[in-house]
Amino acid sequence: MFDNPDLLKAVFGRLTLESFPYHEPILVGTFAMVALGGLALVGILTYYRLWGYLWREWFTSIDHKRIGIMYMILGIVMLLRGFSDAIMMRLQQAIAFGGSEGYLPAHHYDQVFTAHGVIMIFFVAMPLVTGLMNFVVPLQIGARDVSFPFLNNFSFWMTTAGAILVMMSLFVGEFAKTGWLAYPPLSNIGYSPDVGVDYYIWALQIAGIGTLLSGVNLVATIVKMRAPGMTMMKLPVFTWTALCTNVLIVAAFPVLTAVLALLSLDRYVGTNFFTNDFGGNPMMYVNLIWIWGHPEVYILILPAFGIFSEVTSTFSGKRLFGYTSMVYATVVITILAYLVWLHHFFTMGSGASVNSFFGITTMIISIPTGAKIFNWLFTMYRGRIRFELPMMWTIAFMLTFVIGGMTGVLLAVPPADFVLHNSLFLVAHFHNVIIGGVLFGLFAGISYWFPKAFGFKLDPFWGKMSFWFWVIGFYFAFMPLYVLGLMGVTRRLRVFNDPSLQIWFVIAAFGAVLIAIGILSFLIQIYVSIRNRDKLADLTGDPWDGRTLEWSTSSPPPAYNFAFTPVVHDLDAWHDMKRRGYIRPVDGFKPIHMPSNTGTGIILAVLSIIFGFAMIWYIWWLAAFSFVALLAVTIGHTFNYKRDFHIPAEEVVRTEGERTALLAGAAQ
Amino acid sequence: MSSPASAVHENGTVPTFYVVDEHDHAEGGSTMFGFWIYLMSDCLIFAVLFATYGVLGGNYAAGPSPKDLFDLPLVAVNTSMLLFSSITYGFAMLTMDKGRIGATQAWLGLTGLFGLAFLGIELYEFAHMIHEGATPQRSAFLSSFFTLVGTHGLHVTVGLTWLVTLMVQVKRYGLIQANKRRLMCLSMFWHFLDVIWIGVFTFVYLMGMLR
Repeated sequence: MFDNPDLLKAVFGRLTLESFPYHEPILVGTFAMVALGGLALVGILTYYRLWGYLWREWFTSIDHKRIGIMYMILGIVMLLRGFSDAIMMRLQQAIAFGGSEGYLPAHHYDQVFTAHGVIMIFFVAMPLVTGLMNFVVPLQIGARDVSFPFLNNFSFWMTTAGAILVMMSLFVGEFAKTGWLAYPPLSNIGYSPDVGVDYYIWALQIAGIGTLLSGVNLVATIVKMRAPGMTMMKLPVFTWTALCTNVLIVAAFPVLTAVLALLSLDRYVGTNFFTNDFGGNPMMYVNLIWIWGHPEVYILILPAFGIFSEVTSTFSGKRLFGYTSMVYATVVITILAYLVWLHHFFTMGSGASVNSFFGITTMIISIPTGAKIFNWLFTMYRGRIRFELPMMWTIAFMLTFVIGGMTGVLLAVPPADFVLHNSLFLVAHFHNVIIGGVLFGLFAGISYWFPKAFGFKLDPFWGKMSFWFWVIGFYFAFMPLYVLGLMGVTRRLRVFNDPSLQIWFVIAAFGAVLIAIGILSFLIQIYVSIRNRDKLADLTGDPWDGRTLEWSTSSPPPAYNFAFTPVVHDLDAWHDMKRRGYIRPVDGFKPIHMPSNTGTGIILAVLSIIFGFAMIWYIWWLAAFSFVALLAVTIGHTFNYKRDFHIPAEEVVRTEGERTALLAGAAQ
Repeated sequence: MSSPASAVHENGTVPTFYVVDEHDHAEGGSTMFGFWIYLMSDCLIFAVLFATYGVLGGNYAAGPSPKDLFDLPLVAVNTSMLLFSSITYGFAMLTMDKGRIGATQAWLGLTGLFGLAFLGIELYEFAHMIHEGATPQRSAFLSSFFTLVGTHGLHVTVGLTWLVTLMVQVKRYGLIQANKRRLMCLSMFWHFLDVIWIGVFTFVYLMGMLR
């Protein structure tokens, strides 16, 4: 039977023993570590009998807070993977001089830089941003959950399914070798005949469904589920940025879905969208993918701006300076996000007028962004600033992001871009804004809202260690790349001939090591904080003297968030409540209407992984089978009409009673 | 929400900070709005396909052009099938509002038949073109033509599956609130596909003949 190639092909598609990279020591070592770690995790979960708990309370949960936390865990796990790729590249580039080929063969190195970009954007930044929005937004608007709680669970698992497919490519087959946006014709079947690009396509398509639906969900939540009295101009700034981000998601991700579908048709069916012959046009792909890709960077940065606004206002003890201008700046950035995509390829040759248009719109974006920076500075001006960890990240952001913004304006000048296009200057620029903006923002947000999510603060010492190593490491890692870029070094190179460049790469590698220590300190911080959770406990629910509604409920909040729906009179509703003598209700509780848990989301996600895997490896029978199963489960789910339940009044009374006791304890 | 709780402030103002007598929110209060947003995102997928057709639609690669391939009378019949199905869906919604299950089911069934006729004619057209050698692989024009029209057809297929599912659910559970909401969503979806088709008919077929 094993001698019959046709039968094997029918059963396994193009999956053969050779697909498993057992002859590559680096990958075998990684696999051994991942397998051992995974086995240890499974062992621990089984030993402590946690599977049932995890399934009932987390995996099937439709509670926006738990889904938010699961998104964050996914993002942090994938950060470790994405960073491993980064440090491998830095090491390779630091040693591949003077005739040395380094330690990574070309086909491996190309996968590493592709995977790094894909993972960091889609499976680190996106889950972290979506996770924070999921957790915070319903609390900030005084809602009990999102508009479509089941959809929320489903979205999370689809994102995770995409991440799992990317991880599978490490040990079964290989990942794309095309760069993170997989430009054709390189990514077309003629030049990338193996499974790498197919892994890329299906991982992003499956995760993209999750992202799009969570975007729809959060837009509907913010528009429809605000507490009484919370008009749009009383919306907390973070929620405003979340609204704009999700509008961008809804308006950008379909473009990614469509363009990747066209690329799949080229690869699977042999159509001629992006080919070099039969009338195909590869630049069509580049245009379309950047029509998604540019809004994507604003999808990531806007919530970070929101976090900085909340943090600056809270830790300066002042109302945010220029709330209205902040909102308008956010909306203007949202709109401009769609008018600049061509600046990613001025070198396409679209002519002076087109390039001028996109160069000017790009430069205009720095105006609302600059207004935001001034608003934060004026909020701090004459405030009582508390230099807690979130505030430190905010200040590091302001300094770092301004540098990144200025190099961005420089790149927006088309003639300058012709020189700097695809150089390390560009690489330094976007890391400057993504690390200095998005990542610093996420760290500020994590340390700000962690006590709300878990009921205890994060350990400040290890937090500061992480902060300093990250910030200093960032400058060491990326400032040399600006220099190299100006000297003309292009991106994605594996070996170098000019020995005078080596010192800069060594400095950059040193910076990457500092960042590694920063990440390690962050993990230690979480461990130490869990160990010392009693000492770090937050009994009041309002550890930072916060201003928005999430701080009015307990830490962690009960499943129903608010025993009574809040009524809002002012921006900074909770600050207003505290100022005007709000008295917390202690009786009169009623049963609360809530949605019930369901396992459908995770089942659909598992089927999607099987479907994606089957499509990647051309296992057609399995693809057909899993597709039919997907349809059947989806339709079957719609026959379940009983999707909600009531939390009995006694349970609300008990939960709120515990909080009353905690608050009394805290007041003593 | 009524009778809000109050907390008396020292200077006599009475701010209310929470809703005491709260009623359950009707299930699916955001569904119409959410589904509308979803439709707009779907519309963007079609926008990309239209744009692609706009850019690549003239690249025949020495192969057949719209004038060689399109059979306008057939497409006109096809278009009328879809337009009729929108009208019958409208009647289904009217009878649904009156709570007449039998009539609603009949109109839904008729809608489904029109939808099937539309798909049948489209598949016949595709088969005919492929038989003549005008395959999706032949040129960028044909790639973008088959993808745009085919994606619309795929949506109609999904709509038909959904329609059958809803007919079973109406039969089993009656015209309850949840089912009415679902029928409303499918209604929006169905009319949306109609609008897209009008774009396809104009932009691909009519303007293709002028090209």
